[in-house]
Amino acid sequence: MNSVKTKKRSLFLQGIIDGLPICFGYLSVAFAFGISAIGCGLTALEALLISMTNVTSAGQVAGIGIIAAGGSLAEMAVSQIGINLRYALMSVSLSQKFGKSIRLIDRFIIAFVNTDEVFGVASSKPGNVERSYMYGLIIPPYVGWSIGTILGALAGNILPASVTSALGIAVYGMFVAIVIPKAKTDHPVAVCALAAILLSCAFRYIPILNRVPGGFSVIICAVIASGIFAVVSPIETDKEEDQ
Amino acid sequence: MNFFIYLLVMAGITYLIRMLPLVLVKEKIHNKYILSFLYYIPYAVLSAMTVPAIFYATFSPISAAFGFVAALILAYFGKSLLTVAACSSAAVFVAELIMKYLIK
Repeated sequence: MNSVKTKKRSLFLQGIIDGLPICFGYLSVAFAFGISAIGCGLTALEALLISMTNVTSAGQVAGIGIIAAGGSLAEMAVSQIGINLRYALMSVSLSQKFGKSIRLIDRFIIAFVNTDEVFGVASSKPGNVERSYMYGLIIPPYVGWSIGTILGALAGNILPASVTSALGIAVYGMFVAIVIPKAKTDHPVAVCALAAILLSCAFRYIPILNRVPGGFSVIICAVIASGIFAVVSPIETDKEEDQ
Repeated sequence: MNFFIYLLVMAGITYLIRMLPLVLVKEKIHNKYILSFLYYIPYAVLSAMTVPAIFYATFSPISAAFGFVAALILAYFGKSLLTVAACSSAAVFVAELIMKYLIK
């Protein structure tokens, strides 16, 4: 009994530790969001409410733009679906990582904070992830996201611009830290990642393709790259289940 | 329009998109190709989100390139997420200091 408790606690702690870099990365991104929200004519409290109920960067930035412009609800709905649809893909993928300890109610709660980074870190864990770990993992990002927003909204000018600029790269640094170690040992993953990057560059720089909104283009790139590699280089399913 | 109606639409849609697949897909999938697809998805998504966006995350694509290279090297040697993220930011900070000095 006691050892089960200890194990749960250590899983929870491990989650917190893995969530801390996300928290630090979010502080700066949320800080920038807080500044933009004030710029869009929202109050600090409204900015905080948006961050605490949405917990997503790109969707929120688009949302405050629509609020500021007095856009329609349909416009709001379409933009949120377009930008955030990638989360559906991530949630399906994450559902396969969940261990037996994760109950239905936990799925409702974890879904609320299933951000790109939380998903990335949970996915990079070998084997299944358990309930205590997931709760540990989602707390620091949520706290960082909320605190960053209110700080940015209330005191947007306390950080020098050079620091905000440098912090702007933090979340991308984390993505690199998730992909590279895997790509190093698993060559199909490396080539798949490169394919996704090539496609993503195409959607950024090639005329007409670059009119596709960012949220959609990420899905298209990821689905094409993963789809090709699922056929060309399928994983050994037994091995995966054993992990 | 009332702020709270906007908030409800934003938060509601974002949550539904995240929640529905997580709650509906409870069984383990056994199809080899779907499993393989889901196995590649995280790395494909994160890679597509990182490049080329990382080059526009700081003041200049040049300082971002320094941060990116720092992250690649440290990640290759298996450093933790926190170390990689912090050193990447530090590399950008230093690169921008040097750039400012060179421009003056």
